[in-house]
Amino acid sequence: MSAHEPTTPSAPTRAGWAWRPFALTLPALVLLAAVIGYPLLTIVLRSLSEPQWGAQNYVWFFGAPINLTVLQRTFTISAWVTIVCVICAYPYAYLMTAVGPRVRLVLVLCVLIPFWVSGVVRTLSWVILLQDSGVINSLLRAAGFDGIRLIRTQTGVVIGMAQVLLPFMILPLYSVMKGIDLRLMRAAQSLGARPSRAFFTVYLPLSLPGVYAGAIIVFILALGFYITPALLGGPRSTMLSTLVQTQVLSLLQWGRGGAMGVVLLVTTFVLLALAAPVMRSRYREAGRN
Amino acid sequence: MEMKPLTRVILGLVCLLVAIWLVAPTLVVVPMSFNENKSLAFPPQGFSWQWYQNFFTNPDWSSSFLNSLKVASVVAVLATVLGTLAAFGLDRMKAGPANLLRMLMLTPMVVPGVVLAIGIYAVYLDTHLVGTLLGFVLAHTILALPFVLIAVSASLEVFDRRLETAAASLGAGALTAFRTVTLPLILPGMLSGLLFAFATSFDEIVVSLFITNPYLKTLPVQIFASITRDADPTVAAVGTILLLATTILIGGGMLLLGHERKGRP
Repeated sequence: MSAHEPTTPSAPTRAGWAWRPFALTLPALVLLAAVIGYPLLTIVLRSLSEPQWGAQNYVWFFGAPINLTVLQRTFTISAWVTIVCVICAYPYAYLMTAVGPRVRLVLVLCVLIPFWVSGVVRTLSWVILLQDSGVINSLLRAAGFDGIRLIRTQTGVVIGMAQVLLPFMILPLYSVMKGIDLRLMRAAQSLGARPSRAFFTVYLPLSLPGVYAGAIIVFILALGFYITPALLGGPRSTMLSTLVQTQVLSLLQWGRGGAMGVVLLVTTFVLLALAAPVMRSRYREAGRN
Repeated sequence: MEMKPLTRVILGLVCLLVAIWLVAPTLVVVPMSFNENKSLAFPPQGFSWQWYQNFFTNPDWSSSFLNSLKVASVVAVLATVLGTLAAFGLDRMKAGPANLLRMLMLTPMVVPGVVLAIGIYAVYLDTHLVGTLLGFVLAHTILALPFVLIAVSASLEVFDRRLETAAASLGAGALTAFRTVTLPLILPGMLSGLLFAFATSFDEIVVSLFITNPYLKTLPVQIFASITRDADPTVAAVGTILLLATTILIGGGMLLLGHERKGRP
């Protein structure tokens, strides 16, 4: 930006910056290339070359029904986690904008406190809370719902994952809702709209960019989850990450594990690429309104 | 906005449930850590300090804790230096290339953990970095970098660059201007980046699980192993200690910030 500004008396220093910016980013870029770029390239090459060159690992992946089941399950679980997060985050973020500063501080703290505790420890808490003799099952039994299994089931995995990912939904939603001019709602009501009508025709559309942003972050993060499904899930709730780990660490099938990894990676980037223009145009729309 | 009383009550109740859901798993470990029996049942029975004692005396736990501290400290410094330099570079670049490079540097946040882990593991096997401090530091630094970049970029965005020009017009060299004008103003951003980097490294588990070996474990790896192998309540004691430490750090930081803000006109 500064390069286009008219020349000032300090031109020599300014000109100096012209070549320096790239040099400044170079150390980070070199490390990025070495610790992310090169390893990912290795995985892509291995998926195509082990045991011999060719697409055999991909043919195997898409040819085996069990792999497709896990792939589909990974999407289903991520979708459920996203839905649960949207449903829980929406009223919560809305309340954050509607209360006074003191209550808001408490609400913000509740969102941030999960970050204070290590992710592994939190998953341990869910293992304890969800086990068959655990508190939640005891409460359910007391309420008359007997024989509901939570641990080692997809439901358990969704509960644990949604709790970890909820802050990633609440925070973007809150930042969008904070910017909505509430006078628009009052205007709608003064024109005779009932509160519910005003909400659905004015507020909801304006808050959608936040829902999109949060939902996409949550969905993408959920796709790659490893620890929570590994600890809370069972054989019937295996996600793609666990399958990758098994192929590589237990079966030493680098080619197959690599191919699965590439599928996961490509899916993530395709979703990101699809989401970017949608989110950008939604933001622009919201800005115009 | 006008809300019907009933809507208000329902909204409040729903949010209360969500808040409990968010916070409860954080607090469950506290009572568990004083359990008398060697089991991870809730509610716990009896009272004993033995799991805390075990944490400090059992070398498995204490050494992994020290490893995590070591790795996270180096990572925090390294990531802050690299991230701050990069943030400066991007800030002073044309918008086009800057956006492209920024996206590239944020990729560690979106690449699925397991994919990154098997890639790094493959490369580390060839370069003999598995189970080494250097290996942990390199991997964690790249994972922490995006957080530093975001924090420092945010403070650079509100930084008025005319201040630097003013310093230069008064005869300060580029370095002097940076040290006396820019640095103090972006220091809060750098500090929060430093904290984020430390926390990211201290908590990182997926990549760590792959590049660890029996001789060098970090705390999350030890916790994971302990959960999957035996129901050792020491895990709950560790969780409680970490919760306490983080609370003190954050509380202290908030008090300091509040104090500073009050001190200024």
